[in-house]
Amino acid sequence: MALSRLASSSTVGSNLIKPITAAISLHHRPISSDATTTLTIETSLPFTAHNCSPPSTSVTTTPSELLSFFRTMALMRRMEIAADSLYKSKLIRGFCHLYDGQEAVAVGMEASTTKKDCIITAYRDHCTFLGRGGTLIEVYSELMGRIDGCSKGKGGSMHFYKKDSGFYGGHGIVGAQVPLGCGLAFGQKYLKDESVTFALYGDGAANQGQLFEALNIAALWDLPAILVCENNHYGMGTAEWRAAKSPAYYKRGDYVPGLKVDGMDVLAVKQAVKFAKEHALQNGPLILEMDTYRYHGHSMSDPGSTYRTRDEISGVRQERDPIERVRKLILSHDIATEKELK
Amino acid sequence: MLGVIRNKSIRHTFSNFRHFSSPAKQMTVRDALNSALDEEMSADPKVGEYQGAYKISKGLLEKYGPERVRDTPITEAGFTGIGVGAAYYGLKPVVEFMTFNFSMQAIDHIINSAAKSNYMSAGQISVPIVFRGPNGAAAGVGAQHSHCYASWYGSCPGLKVLAPYSSEDARGLLKAAIRDPDPVVFLENELLYGESFPVSAEVLDSSFCLPIGKAKIEKEGKDVTITAFSKMVGFALKAAEILEKEGISAEVINLRSIRPLDRSTINASVRKTNRLVTVEEGFPQHGVGAEICTSVIEESFGYLDAPVERIAGADVPMPYAANLERLAVPQVEDIVRAAKRACHRSVPMAAAA
Repeated sequence: MALSRLASSSTVGSNLIKPITAAISLHHRPISSDATTTLTIETSLPFTAHNCSPPSTSVTTTPSELLSFFRTMALMRRMEIAADSLYKSKLIRGFCHLYDGQEAVAVGMEASTTKKDCIITAYRDHCTFLGRGGTLIEVYSELMGRIDGCSKGKGGSMHFYKKDSGFYGGHGIVGAQVPLGCGLAFGQKYLKDESVTFALYGDGAANQGQLFEALNIAALWDLPAILVCENNHYGMGTAEWRAAKSPAYYKRGDYVPGLKVDGMDVLAVKQAVKFAKEHALQNGPLILEMDTYRYHGHSMSDPGSTYRTRDEISGVRQERDPIERVRKLILSHDIATEKELK
Repeated sequence: MLGVIRNKSIRHTFSNFRHFSSPAKQMTVRDALNSALDEEMSADPKVGEYQGAYKISKGLLEKYGPERVRDTPITEAGFTGIGVGAAYYGLKPVVEFMTFNFSMQAIDHIINSAAKSNYMSAGQISVPIVFRGPNGAAAGVGAQHSHCYASWYGSCPGLKVLAPYSSEDARGLLKAAIRDPDPVVFLENELLYGESFPVSAEVLDSSFCLPIGKAKIEKEGKDVTITAFSKMVGFALKAAEILEKEGISAEVINLRSIRPLDRSTINASVRKTNRLVTVEEGFPQHGVGAEICTSVIEESFGYLDAPVERIAGADVPMPYAANLERLAVPQVEDIVRAAKRACHRSVPMAAAA
């Protein structure tokens, strides 16, 4: 009923929402009887560690978890593509930074955290917000400046918040969210909440000075802060090899341990995040580098093809797409049929 | 000398004499700030102080421990961001800048992360943080260490900006700032730290608190209104003394609060005296005086008998040499001259050549 309200608000919107309702109908399918059997799946790539021992590449999961990964990532993908059309129809104004391609990071993170753990990110926040429990209505209303938006239309694309689920935004200034995230971790430690904070940033922000200032203080004070570099290899239009003398972001912490993770593999993300949480609660900060990719340009005003080739983009889509990977896993383990996953 | 004058003026403005049955205790501004911090930290375990210099937080480390009184590395962007993040989480940090000149390294966090968050999140995120430290000119510290930020922060919606003058101001306003659920920029003055002011028993009580957004009329008068904040309040009071001898009765307003500005007190005063002199140490263009002048023109234009006189620091980076430095900030004689200009100058008739 919530979705039909959205559909009636504009014809453009209703055409776009139909595919999403189809994806959501998966909710009502009876799940196979062995939904809780444990499966152990190997991550596609090993972890690379810096100053720590990497976690095992064997990840435990269940059929229902895999299905929920698929469902949520597909929802996120379609949500972002719909936002693209809404922006081009001028129903969304100003900034719009899309996350399609990077869904595995948001979804994998939710699999190993609770809502007491905090997440703070920059402006590419629609899917992260959804992962934390936000609804489509809140996302689209906010993007279109309506009062039902998560920030009542006063924030816009870059300023989604959901404090009751530990999601602290939604920040427009590159790099600012990292010291803020370390501050959240400070609060968690001070109040002895036994929870951690994940401060997400991109390869572009990885060169920001305030990041190192915050990391230094976090390491000095043993804060339970995990810095997660979502390395999609382009800081706006600048490729990482042109922006960073050392693009090994997981090593940038020097005295702070780091782990490089295949960010297109949701199970690898799940494992790495679980490892990071345990580490941070005992030993202080850690850096996770998620090797990921965004299909869209930096924002809606960036076609994304002036600084990278279309072949590169389609190559990643064919070989590393996170949703396709989970689809193959589900089919190969006979958890659902091809038709059911459409 | 100043203490005696203040006692006299207080007797005129206070109707209730009970507070003054015993001689008022003296307290330095430094001790006033220290005691305010101490009491607020004692009252609320979520209040903590970060960065320590200038002895304002003396004794607090021993009393509350290193969990609550934290010395940070000299990395303003980092520790200010961490302070704001802690405030997002629900703690009540007090972040000290050694001087507000260094706040420029962290100004993104003060404005974009702290001031605007409550609005951008439609009330979900509140930021109960205090940024405090010395602001404005000191003595011989040169251009990079003498900037006044009152008008910079005063222009930003989402912030509250306070500027105490006396020990009573320091205690009451700092307590109010700490208790306030929004970000507060608390502009102290290094040269005032060692100055002593009388404080009544009411001020010394741990529940004492001053309202944010209310100016104080330090001395009542009827001929000209002089507004000032921080150290300039003392200069304005001295100027008022000199003017009194020359038959000009000046009303001195201690702004206390730069944002929100107490427009009603200022306008009520100008409607009474019909003349206004604004005083500040900071640079003139886009300064606090410019805002006060506009407010008076918007609300009390018909009451003005002379143009508003704006006294500010010289429009140059602060020089080092003592004689030049003295010329670069307002002095008592500048305020006296401006008040006289406001009182004796009359608007020329249109036909006059």
